Amino acid sequence: MAWDRNQMAQRAAKELQDGMYVNLGIGIPTLVSNYIPEGIDVTLQSENGMLGMGPFPTEAEIDADLINAGKQTITELDRTSYFSSADSFAMIRGGHIDLSILGAMEVSEEGDLANWMIPGKLVKGMGGAMDLVAGVKRVVVIMDHANKKGDSKLLKKCTLPLTGQKVVDRIITNLGVFDITQQGIKIVELADQVTVEQVADFTEAKIAL
Amino acid sequence: MSKIYETADDALQGLLSDDMLIAAGGFGLCGIPENLITAIRDSGIKGLTFASNNAGVDDFGLGLLLQTKQIKKMISSYVGENDLFMQQFLNNEIEVEFNPQGTLAERMRAGGSGIPGFYTKTGVGTEVANGKEHKDFDGQTYILEKGIVADLSIVKAWKADEQGNLIYRKTARNFNPVAAMCGKICVAEVEEIVPTGTLDPDLIHTPGIFVQRIIKGNHEKRIEQRTLKTA
Repeated sequence: MAWDRNQMAQRAAKELQDGMYVNLGIGIPTLVSNYIPEGIDVTLQSENGMLGMGPFPTEAEIDADLINAGKQTITELDRTSYFSSADSFAMIRGGHIDLSILGAMEVSEEGDLANWMIPGKLVKGMGGAMDLVAGVKRVVVIMDHANKKGDSKLLKKCTLPLTGQKVVDRIITNLGVFDITQQGIKIVELADQVTVEQVADFTEAKIAL
Repeated sequence: MSKIYETADDALQGLLSDDMLIAAGGFGLCGIPENLITAIRDSGIKGLTFASNNAGVDDFGLGLLLQTKQIKKMISSYVGENDLFMQQFLNNEIEVEFNPQGTLAERMRAGGSGIPGFYTKTGVGTEVANGKEHKDFDGQTYILEKGIVADLSIVKAWKADEQGNLIYRKTARNFNPVAAMCGKICVAEVEEIVPTGTLDPDLIHTPGIFVQRIIKGNHEKRIEQRTLKTA
């Protein structure tokens, strides 16, 4: 059985280690904060200028001046600090953030990542993604293994404009966990009942044996 | 000389012209200079370039200036919240220069600090690096990005004193401090103007030297994604 969104987020939460400063991207990566393992203390960074991001607010706690990078209302914690965008990206670009978990449209077997535009179709912009993948110590991608048509999103080479070159360390898909290595994509772990043959069917990138 | 002006129109008097470059603070709709944006719309100036992380939404923030087609070009990192922008872009009615968010923030900080350019790893190997100088430091490749100096900057803060010392509130700080720095002249709108001497000097975020004009505004503070704790 392939993992669903929540199971992917739950698996990604195992990447968290005690004491880490972590940036979670928009979408499934945001769900990772629901599964932080007991006994693991992590501080979440929001690139719009907040360290120590708390949970979503109650109706009474809503504050228009307090949002996350996905523009969602959020709350603060005892440990919270606020800062400017320049300081926020000093943390990111200066290598002070331990882990970035973000979504992707495509990843190549060399660790190239594409997630910011589809020429002629979708123009949104890269936001902080290029800074995150270039500056953060470890980059983990969460994405579906294949697109809706069944085409692999793990490619030999990305077809879309890149967000970063050779930047991805690990990929968590609905089929399992994969590491970028010199020899290709290495299977670290498979979702229950998913076989290596199934993964091979849905993977264009070279699989390391 | 007082820095305090009555209205947004008064504060922008003599500062506006067609084809100018304006740096604006804000992230999404959080901490945007709402009153100054409306006043710029009402002034009718055209051909504007905005350095701003986002382009507002269709009917709020910089989206108001897209409706009236006063903007020629955006320098932004993310415009995905604005359908009107997307349409105008795909119809070639508006130009966009996508900057990675950290690059945009640093370009403003650098421009305001007398630093004409800086090297960064961000964007290496992507189309952002096209046409830019590449240089290796200690075996790593970096690209040269230029500082931004704007003709005018418009920012929003929580409190100002009469000297223009500013304090922001929570994540409404975002791009405002760097936008304030990079303008040849900076106009700030705030929720409250307090007498000089009442703000703790240790807690000032933007020192008054970066701020030339101040108004007390009325702020709608629209929320883009009202997300609640699930019970």
